Amino acid sequence: MRYAMAIDTLKCVGCSDCVVACQTENNVPHGYARDWITETVDGVYPSLELEFRSERCNHCDNTPCVRTCPTGASHIIEGGIVKVTPGKCIGCGACIQSCPYDARFSSPEGWVDKCTFCDHRIANGQDPACVEVCPTHCMYFGDLDDKNSNVSKVIANRKWKVLAPEAGTDPQIFYLI
Amino acid sequence: MKEELIVSGRMNLNIDPVLHIWHWQIPLYLFLGGLAAGVLFFASLYSIRNEEEKYSTAVKIAPILAPIAIIIGLIALLLDLKHKLYFWQLYTTIRLSSPMSWGAWVLMAITPLSFVWVGIHLKEVFPKIDFSQKFFGTLYKMFTKEQEGGVNWEWKFGWLTKLEKLAIENKKMLAWAILLASVILGVYTGILLSAFNARPLWNTAILGPLFLVSGLSTGAASIMWLSKSHEEQKLFSKIDILLIVIELFFIIHLFMGFMAGPQVQIESAALFWGGEFTLYFGLFVVILGLIMPGIFEVMELNGYHIHVAIPALMILVGGLIFRFVIVEAGQITRYLY
Ligand code: SF4
Ligand code: SF4
Repeated sequence: MRYAMAIDTLKCVGCSDCVVACQTENNVPHGYARDWITETVDGVYPSLELEFRSERCNHCDNTPCVRTCPTGASHIIEGGIVKVTPGKCIGCGACIQSCPYDARFSSPEGWVDKCTFCDHRIANGQDPACVEVCPTHCMYFGDLDDKNSNVSKVIANRKWKVLAPEAGTDPQIFYLI
Repeated sequence: MKEELIVSGRMNLNIDPVLHIWHWQIPLYLFLGGLAAGVLFFASLYSIRNEEEKYSTAVKIAPILAPIAIIIGLIALLLDLKHKLYFWQLYTTIRLSSPMSWGAWVLMAITPLSFVWVGIHLKEVFPKIDFSQKFFGTLYKMFTKEQEGGVNWEWKFGWLTKLEKLAIENKKMLAWAILLASVILGVYTGILLSAFNARPLWNTAILGPLFLVSGLSTGAASIMWLSKSHEEQKLFSKIDILLIVIELFFIIHLFMGFMAGPQVQIESAALFWGGEFTLYFGLFVVILGLIMPGIFEVMELNGYHIHVAIPALMILVGGLIFRFVIVEAGQITRYLY
């Protein structure tokens, strides 16, 4: 099993509903975010291109954040989801330094927090909160090993990119372009 | 010109707008770790070479700095941990893929070794104990038997006497263990950073040897400063000059590597070449921390009279600033996407 997400940049309007849904679902401390919207403008005036992306931990296949963790607090669970065990985390920040996407942060209590792909919802057969709430239905979530999952189908049929592939972490969030 | 503008809605504390999760504690910790590695390296080296009497400061006196530096360094590290009460979790596992983990274990090994090393030389360094001294007097009284006249180096506890005997009998082995551990400690202070692929400035294997050499040179500078013997000062001054040359060579190597690297590394190098760290790095690290003390030492060896404290202090301060600059600048560098 390999969970992954595909996000359609052509449909995303940057409304930030996914950000709020995550904060509510996961009780993210005030002022912090596990997912966020990035807006890029690219090109030469007047032909400019605008892209909105909903970003979060890429649940990479090659995980520097897990490797550099001295205690094993950062670990990988079933389906390739990267998680942190608060009771093992010493807050050293090694994993934060390791992540090319700056997807992690230090929670006010001191342990490191990040996106969990809403594994508590997946266990009940639901999609992650951000995927479910998106008003433009621009996110697809599922198992890459299953050819018939939403995410497998959409990345088989559409052009996509991943962020900073040169960082070499083999990210598992695919941006449809 | 084709341009790209990136706006992110994320505002996580210490992560945005630029990463700043490590503060002053980490560069201080790296500096003190390197210094401890440096003094212990020379102490064990000259003990193994049977030159204990000739270079007695290096072997017997300077190592006292090591446990002090390590303890202050560990306190600094602890201060930077965000989930401090869970510190012990570090010592529940060994993870070879994590420099933070094996570094913690090397420190765990070298700390008691350095205490033992200092312990077996205490009698020679301080033949007389003044029990009336407040702080040290109390400290001595905790471990040694008090006696009229105050000259007494008999331990209060039997196990201390046994440990001392054991250490003195196996001193060669102890020295070899310390030599090895000190090299690992010195390299670790650099590898800790170079293990982070995500920070282009740190992502180069040369940081390990560079930090080791810099640590050795701060160690040599301290020995030179503490030493009263002209011969010993001269030796460590020569060692220091050699280390400075190697360090400069590594720094050039570092930047050549960046210039031949991907865009993100070229941009990292630009932080030091016209960018915001130019002054700190160019003036305080390279000129005042390496080149000038090097020149002073060469002049001193050629008969000019320059107080040994001057180059020594410059090297120590330069080494400290070097670590601050690398840690601060490294956190700014990142992959853009
Ligand atoms: S995005 Fe960052 S935190 Fe998430 S798995 Fe990859 S490296 Fe780790
Ligand atoms: S901050 Fe916590 S999760 Fe991250 S590397 Fe350190 S111990 Fe592991």
